[in-house]
Amino acid sequence: MKKGTLRFEKKQTVSLRRKILNPVVFILLGFVFSSIFIIANGFQPIPVFAKMISYSLLNTKGLIGSINAALPLMFCGLSVAIAFKMNLNNIGAEGQFAMGAIFGGAFALYGPSLSAPLSSVVMFFLCALGGCLWALLAAALKAFWKVNETIVTLMLNYIALLFLDYLCYGPWMAPKQTTAMTVKIPESLFLPVINGTSSGLILAILVAVLLYLFLKYTAAGYQISVIKNSLSTAEYAGIPVKKFILIVLALSGALAGIAGFVQVTGIVHRVQAQLPGGSGYTGIVIAYLSQCNPLAIILVSVLFGALQNSSSVVQIMGVPSQIVTMLQGTLMISVIAGEFFNRYRIAFYKAERNDYTSERNDDNQEPKKRNDDNQESKKGAVQ
Amino acid sequence: MEKTALLEMKGITKKFGTVLANDHIDLQLYPGEIHALLGENGSGKSTLMNILLGIYKPNFGDIFYKGEKGQIKTPKHAAELGIGMVHQHFALIPTLTVAENIFLSLDHCSFILDKKKMESKIREYSEQFSLQVDPGAKVWQLSVGEQQRVEIMKLLCRNSEILVLDEPSAVLTPQEAGEMFRTLRKMADHGKSVIFISHKMNEVVEHADRITVLKNGRVTDRMLAEEASIDRMTKAVVGERDIEKILIRSQIKTERLLLEANHLRVLNDKGLVALHDISFQLHAGEIFAIAGVAGSGQRELAEALAGLRKVASGKLSLKGKDITRKNIRERVTQGISFIPEDRLKMGLIPGMNMKENALLKEFRGFAYNKGGILQSKAIRSLTERHIAAHDIKHGGLDLPVSLMSGGNQQKLLIAREINGNPELIIAAYPVRGLDIGATASIHKTLLEQRERGACILLISEELDEIFEMSDRVAVLCGGKLMGIRNISETNYEEIGQMMSGESA
Amino acid sequence: MIPFITSICAAAIVYAVSILYAAIGEIFSQRAGIMNLGIEGIMLMGAMTGFVTVYHTENLLFALLSTIIVGLVLGLAFAFLTVTLQADQTVCGMAFLIFCSGLSGFLGKSVTGIASAVKFQQIDIPVLSSIPVIGEIFFQQDFFVYLMYLVIPLSIFYIYKTKAGLMLRALGENPASLDQAGINVFAMRYGYIMFACAMTTISGACISLSYTNFWNEGMTGGKGWIAFSLVAFSRWNPAYAVLGALLFGGISILGMNMQVYLPGIPSQFYGMLPYAATIIALIITTGSFRKKHSEEPAALCQKYDREDR
Repeated sequence: MKKGTLRFEKKQTVSLRRKILNPVVFILLGFVFSSIFIIANGFQPIPVFAKMISYSLLNTKGLIGSINAALPLMFCGLSVAIAFKMNLNNIGAEGQFAMGAIFGGAFALYGPSLSAPLSSVVMFFLCALGGCLWALLAAALKAFWKVNETIVTLMLNYIALLFLDYLCYGPWMAPKQTTAMTVKIPESLFLPVINGTSSGLILAILVAVLLYLFLKYTAAGYQISVIKNSLSTAEYAGIPVKKFILIVLALSGALAGIAGFVQVTGIVHRVQAQLPGGSGYTGIVIAYLSQCNPLAIILVSVLFGALQNSSSVVQIMGVPSQIVTMLQGTLMISVIAGEFFNRYRIAFYKAERNDYTSERNDDNQEPKKRNDDNQESKKGAVQ
Repeated sequence: MEKTALLEMKGITKKFGTVLANDHIDLQLYPGEIHALLGENGSGKSTLMNILLGIYKPNFGDIFYKGEKGQIKTPKHAAELGIGMVHQHFALIPTLTVAENIFLSLDHCSFILDKKKMESKIREYSEQFSLQVDPGAKVWQLSVGEQQRVEIMKLLCRNSEILVLDEPSAVLTPQEAGEMFRTLRKMADHGKSVIFISHKMNEVVEHADRITVLKNGRVTDRMLAEEASIDRMTKAVVGERDIEKILIRSQIKTERLLLEANHLRVLNDKGLVALHDISFQLHAGEIFAIAGVAGSGQRELAEALAGLRKVASGKLSLKGKDITRKNIRERVTQGISFIPEDRLKMGLIPGMNMKENALLKEFRGFAYNKGGILQSKAIRSLTERHIAAHDIKHGGLDLPVSLMSGGNQQKLLIAREINGNPELIIAAYPVRGLDIGATASIHKTLLEQRERGACILLISEELDEIFEMSDRVAVLCGGKLMGIRNISETNYEEIGQMMSGESA
Repeated sequence: MIPFITSICAAAIVYAVSILYAAIGEIFSQRAGIMNLGIEGIMLMGAMTGFVTVYHTENLLFALLSTIIVGLVLGLAFAFLTVTLQADQTVCGMAFLIFCSGLSGFLGKSVTGIASAVKFQQIDIPVLSSIPVIGEIFFQQDFFVYLMYLVIPLSIFYIYKTKAGLMLRALGENPASLDQAGINVFAMRYGYIMFACAMTTISGACISLSYTNFWNEGMTGGKGWIAFSLVAFSRWNPAYAVLGALLFGGISILGMNMQVYLPGIPSQFYGMLPYAATIIALIITTGSFRKKHSEEPAALCQKYDREDR
């Protein structure tokens, strides 16, 4: 080592400003990165982005459209986030969304007609129940037999979507229709619209705030975070881990089912094949970018709703609508890369001595003992 | 000594942050000798050896190997030079066989593995150095002692000339240790040089040719084994500080029966029997120690008593009530608390803050949890009470406990576990790896609990700690209870024999 | 009846091969301690790249090469994130899943649904192909199947009989011990991740260049996930992966054929078969009611950080 060398050094704490600023910077870098692919596909990135932003965010009509598009995403994001909060990978929001829509749709199309507010409430709970039951399948396998929930929830997506497909092409298909969709649901079930914005937004904000308070201030939220951080300590403290796997995944599924509720009653007003349209997967990205903070999920969802909303306008420019998914993936990867700089700082080593010049705030720590103390396993806590 | 040194380390200095782990250390090693590095935990022995192995780079100092000055850059470089080390935690891969593990450590071997040749080589060394290993066995099936032999075999197969062993006897029964030292002597007779790290003075005098004593990163004494005496070594290891015995114990006040274990049989993680037919009784107001070499079933016993591990057969009763099938939560409410051996893995939540860690056993209590809502004020005052009562040093209530030192983490854990005055405290290796100050403070806390009338089940590998602290001692060996003795009626030799499986 | 069975068996082999490349790649990657959840997306990238190349050049060799290059590049990126930046592997895998599905759809949009002029054709192996039944099943296949006949024994030999395979097995169990022995753990992981991604893209190419001859967004339809679950099913042994792949292949092909024989049941339910079978297989092979010694690499999904040793 003749010259000084740069090294990455672990940080102990991250300031809140850094925590927020970091993803923002890397989201911007993500847009830059995705430009490569846009250019590769023969388009000019700047006009495309400009068009997307001006269409979906910078005018009232576009913004309303973006918020409406964001509604199912909010619930899917919340659904994935609560599972992540316990290190459970629920990538089945897509299927739970579909099952929610199926349960709710069955009631809306074939159920008894009830008076207006009551029928909406019943449908709301049926949608939640549908998602909840679908997630509980995976949860039970995880809790009792330790079967990997990632694969099971994903496989259940395909099954749920095929089932939805079957219903919409088969018994539920509207007469004299060529596309796979049902008839419109009764208007009494429509979510009220306020200034163009679906009132589902209020529901989403309410749920997000409740979830935030639940995770932060209740004993259950505390136990969830103990399980996430250290499974063995949770067992040591007598926390019923299996019960929490069931509760959290059921809650997660219910939230995805509610995404089905807002989609059916607030936006499309019917059940159709491919209803979730990838919202469940987008939910993963949203949950990650929001660092599972329910309030941040609402905001980030609007950004993603805007992305989705603008896909139609870029299509007019000839740009494939898949640009939306591509951008989502790029942003997520970019923020993952950026996470590194939250955990590490760059330290400069001088040439002659191996002391580093950057400040250290952990001098009062013991020197790292190689053997026993610091082998904290960071493997996913719930196994 | 007219022989030239094989290895010379001169003025080795290594800093971690502001801590001087090694301060101008000189060390010479001659061919064919066994050299002991003696010192307490944290005296800088392991750091020095890690520098020799190329794992750490010294800030200052030179290494001369075979008369040439050189730098040891990486562990691989050290291996090429013929320097190898058996770490305290073995670097073996449990799912692979012995032969495969040895293949892995060789730099030069054919791309397609030649198992036959390897096996015959292993047998040859086995005979030469009386080092029994089965090349075809899977490592996870081997006992700790056998695994250590595999590690030594690895160094032999690599033709190492300097073998470094870090606390080699810590995991062995006295018998196995004796066998291991005989092997080391044979290797020294064949011209190899051995360095072993230890903090046990007896074995150092008995097995080493020369001794270097370290304290606080400095060499405090050097001697030939013939010149060594326990007094001289004690002075060098502990320093001028008086070895005061601050621990004053009163007589056991009551003979009240607290817990009774009848014919316990407990399985380990692999489903094998870890405890065979164990019976004992614990009384209020006593410290009951469990002695034994590592892996004799102590962990399984502690977990079975705490309710973390199922009892396969037998009966546990607390104050006459059957608790065999009770889960950990019910046992906590009945007054059993547990200080686990590896606090960062189980016991504390490293990534969460002090308040959240202090809350772990209390969050169901009404004071902290009203209708499911956590009471942050009460939690804060609980944490502050712990900090004040146990003099816990910390950087802030909201910082993760992983940033605290080991001693302060342990104090927090113990503070939490004795809160609520439990009747039985299971303490597994409560002071392992801690400095003298923290150790004294924790021992004092445990004795206070005893005075209060609690029973403490103290699991330890250190006979010193056991004889200092406990009223009675039970010895485990290979999952069997070898016997229970009153501490006033026994001695180190008897307990040592029982630990090695000779029932006295 | 016999022609029906042989045609089913032959089709099952084709199906099995199309997931086996990815599964064997993932076995290597997981043995190295890295779990790549993004297989499905990476497979799509392979299918898209292969097809776009063939569409423009009509050269199958170029298509195969470009597919492999894309796989290596994706692997490099994944390795950079998980090994160098030590990002969470699960999260990273999901990010790759979404990114690659989106990017393949985006870049492949212009050629969606168009049939290419060339695809990998069936090659009859002389002599062997004329053996009745067996010849028809095994030796009237295309390039990807024959290549797989080589990959299977080679991968088994590599993992269990060579020094490099031994190091690979050690890497997934205890990277620290390899590092201590002076082996570059990081480089090894980079290598295996890139290899796994290249194998996964080849699986994708199987689907767009041999199984069919067109490209469609999301055309892998969960095959990547089936390959992924095959890894745990096979207990990280390529030999069992072959058996599992044949099983899944058989079930899917049977499902498709049953549609013809039992038309009463809607096609969607046959479509559910492979996914349901995957869940059941996963329960049977990994459910904790089995009291067997787990063979999962101990360091799987754990980032390796020298300072944490």
